Amino acid sequence: MNKLLISNIEVIPGKKTVQHLGLVQGSTVRAKHAGKDIMAGLKNIFGGELSAYTDLLSESRQEALDRMTEQARAIGANAVINVRFSTSSITAGASEILAYGTAVVLEDK
Amino acid sequence: MEAVLQISFFFCLLAAGYFFGRRAEKKHYQSIFEREAALRYLVISSDRMPPPEYLKHHGELVCGNVVISLDYFKFVAAGLYQLVGGRIPVYESLLDRARREALLRMQAEAQSAGADAIINLKFETSRISGNAGNGIGSIEVLAYGTALIPKTP
Repeated sequence: MNKLLISNIEVIPGKKTVQHLGLVQGSTVRAKHAGKDIMAGLKNIFGGELSAYTDLLSESRQEALDRMTEQARAIGANAVINVRFSTSSITAGASEILAYGTAVVLEDK
Repeated sequence: MEAVLQISFFFCLLAAGYFFGRRAEKKHYQSIFEREAALRYLVISSDRMPPPEYLKHHGELVCGNVVISLDYFKFVAAGLYQLVGGRIPVYESLLDRARREALLRMQAEAQSAGADAIINLKFETSRISGNAGNGIGSIEVLAYGTALIPKTP
């Protein structure tokens, strides 16, 4: 299966959009286990980067993107354009990551 | 007696935050300057359309993120600044560091993909509340854009 093109611009150089298939989205809600939260609490005293959270969020962003591309593939798209990310914290210690974009069919010019 | 203990605990935290936080910030800025100088060739723009000379390139989504936390001294200082209003320099430097770090990570990803420009750059900032509920916690900055990679003939 070939890779879907994902991009956050609307006009892809060298390609033309032949069909718009509508909005596709993927989201995930994640939390770290309590031990990591305690470590993060300590970091709040000394400052600095919370690499556990950085990893968590980049993993979940990847997952949201994967779910979005799966949806796009299911409706027969070969690219997702104009992709946006959005993050919101649901409760203390958990956050939702959403990725959304427009599924399209592209053809070489 | 108990009050004395509490006050000295507070000052210990304050001092720890001040010394470690300052040291971390200084080191972080040092590394930001170095990496920025090395990655300066990678043009970043917030245009939505690729510039004419990049029309033959291939586009790919790249992103970089960082979660960075406030130290205790800054937390207390920000509370004091908020009483009088105006600028809050302790937050400004935190966000500046986070945003530049996120940009650098995105640039590094683009570099390993072989890109020579990034367009349509977007930033996203969100607040992460750790276990502390209403406490300060930390902020996450995400930078994303489309990397333009030259097509191999």
